Amino acid sequence: MTKIKTRMKSMSDTNLLLIITILVFIIMYGSAMGILGEGFLKPQTFFNILDAQAALLIASIGMSVVMITGGIDISVGGVTGLVTMCCAVYLDFGGGNILVSFLIAVGIGLCFGLVQGYLVAYLEIQPFIVTLAGMFFARGLTTIVHTNPFNVANKEFIALKDTRIIIPGLGTVNRLGNYIDAYVEIGAVVAVILVIVFFIALRWTKLGRAFYAVGGNPSSALMLGINVKRTRFFSHLICGVLAGVAGYVYFLHVGSGSPSHATGLEMNAIASSIIGGTMLTGGVGNVVGTFFGVMSLATIQNIVSSIGLDQAWWTGITIAAMLCLFLVIQSVVMAWKRKK
Amino acid sequence: MKLRKMTFNKQLLIPLIALLALAIFNLLADPSFYKITLGYNSAGNPVLSGYLITILDYGSELAILAIGMTLVTAATGGQDISVGAAIAIAGSVILRVLCGTETSPAHMKAPVIVAFLIAVVVAMLFGAFNGTLVSVFNIPPMVATLILYTAGRSIAAWINNNQLPIVNEKSFHVYGGFIPGIPIPTPFFIAVICAGLTALMLKFTTLGLYTQAVGINEKSSRLNGINPTFIKFLTFVILGVCVAVAALIKVSRLSTINYSVIAKDIEMDAILAVALGGNALSGGKFNMPASILGAYVIQFLTTTLYKCNVSSAALSAYKAVVVIVLVVLSAPTVKDKLSKFWNKVKPATSKEKEAA
Repeated sequence: MTKIKTRMKSMSDTNLLLIITILVFIIMYGSAMGILGEGFLKPQTFFNILDAQAALLIASIGMSVVMITGGIDISVGGVTGLVTMCCAVYLDFGGGNILVSFLIAVGIGLCFGLVQGYLVAYLEIQPFIVTLAGMFFARGLTTIVHTNPFNVANKEFIALKDTRIIIPGLGTVNRLGNYIDAYVEIGAVVAVILVIVFFIALRWTKLGRAFYAVGGNPSSALMLGINVKRTRFFSHLICGVLAGVAGYVYFLHVGSGSPSHATGLEMNAIASSIIGGTMLTGGVGNVVGTFFGVMSLATIQNIVSSIGLDQAWWTGITIAAMLCLFLVIQSVVMAWKRKK
Repeated sequence: MKLRKMTFNKQLLIPLIALLALAIFNLLADPSFYKITLGYNSAGNPVLSGYLITILDYGSELAILAIGMTLVTAATGGQDISVGAAIAIAGSVILRVLCGTETSPAHMKAPVIVAFLIAVVVAMLFGAFNGTLVSVFNIPPMVATLILYTAGRSIAAWINNNQLPIVNEKSFHVYGGFIPGIPIPTPFFIAVICAGLTALMLKFTTLGLYTQAVGINEKSSRLNGINPTFIKFLTFVILGVCVAVAALIKVSRLSTINYSVIAKDIEMDAILAVALGGNALSGGKFNMPASILGAYVIQFLTTTLYKCNVSSAALSAYKAVVVIVLVVLSAPTVKDKLSKFWNKVKPATSKEKEAA
């Protein structure tokens, strides 16, 4: 027991919170298997959750990067919604090339990232105010672009939307005895690749380490010769671009444009990052943790809706309760660690 | 004394200039904006109507919220973004008490004052929840209130079991409409009462001083014997009371509630009002009259935008631009650059003055 305690003491904050997150996910998924039975035992269920949460996962990576640097970006939901609407309008009314629609998505994200990054990093305005304005701006703009929800009928797009990537070896045999392969959508693959890329980038690149340094203590980061302003700027830029990509993945998953798309996504992204062990105060966090944060959140939503509490309000209340719980856990764990 | 008067005037100047700019814009665009007519409503009472009366009417709940928001901003250096959701909760509680479990009862089940007091208690509890997260657990206010921002409207729907109760009695209309015989909308009087109570509270208690002390420097205020945790907590509870008053007006206006639409984006307006009042959003000193005036100016802007045929959903895009312009202009780095620029432009005149 004492050995564990000393090991925990020597463990970095990032690793400690990551372990808590992974444990929570395993417990949650395990209890889902126990409560809900066979549905959750199939690997395909896991992949379905991954498909549905791919956009959130990508947005959460960006959110984690910003939060590690000590900021916050609540415009991601608004940007995601705006991107789905713009891409839908372009593909439906402009005839449309898929590559161009993807460039539109990234471009919108880039614009938001550039402006917000500049305001936060170089003009030193509180990130929350800037991105709150960004969120309202994006939401307002979405309804200006188009008011009503509609489906996209572009053939190329639908072909891309229905592309499934088969994962060998994890299929199941159905009741008739036919073997069905496990599959994922393109968005999920993109999301997983991004998790790996950002895990490596945050750990082993100069900029990635600068994010942690600035988030941990901006003034000592400055003394180490890190360009604090530029680092902050890049964190918001990355978050903006990832929000754009998330918007495209969301669009690819739902195949329509609507002003109500991705409402509350920013909240889920913040919640996932926090559950994934990213600290609001900055300097602590891990993209792999964010991945488990997103999956934990999705699992608990599935549990809540499966046990009959499927009214819309339960989802909101559950997420808020989980976020609240984890914020308090973080606060208590950190206070406890400092005392030891 | 003279110095104090100077700073006071200076801060009140910002919303006044904004008001003047909007007023001139409207005068040039369409002078009929200022037309006020005296008519009679369905109950036969004299009522004033016109865009200016609308501003006075709808700006009032914003002004009430701005009072609480100013205190929270000053003490914590952050803002409460859950006020819209909290209004939905408080409004839902009022209707739940008035209507019981029926959706459209012929008579109210309880006096309005009882419903209102229960709503005040509930809103104070939710304020206390936010306040605890912020003051005890040291979570940044905007993130802490983000919890209620997402869950609030869900909780509001849950209180009334997702029903939309309707109050059928006319007497309930008074709070958001008109008192029989008086042509000025009631919300304005409620706002005046709230402003008056706040003025008395700031004058005769140490609340204002302590709030500013905590906002300017938490550590030194603790060394001076102030309890920053309690002050921060208290400001959130006071905001809860403001939320309940605003909820009464909102619910009374419609006699019913729409959980997803009621007080939508009002948090943005309330923060804007505080910013427009020249108060630093990073906390510290505040000026209450400027915030209240700021709230009416924001409503002036909203009404002007509506008149220019901007849809309500698109409204937030325009307001976001206003927020960004305001915060950019009040950012310390921009202020420095502007004052340097000003000194470069005007060195001649200042030298002349020195010579004289």
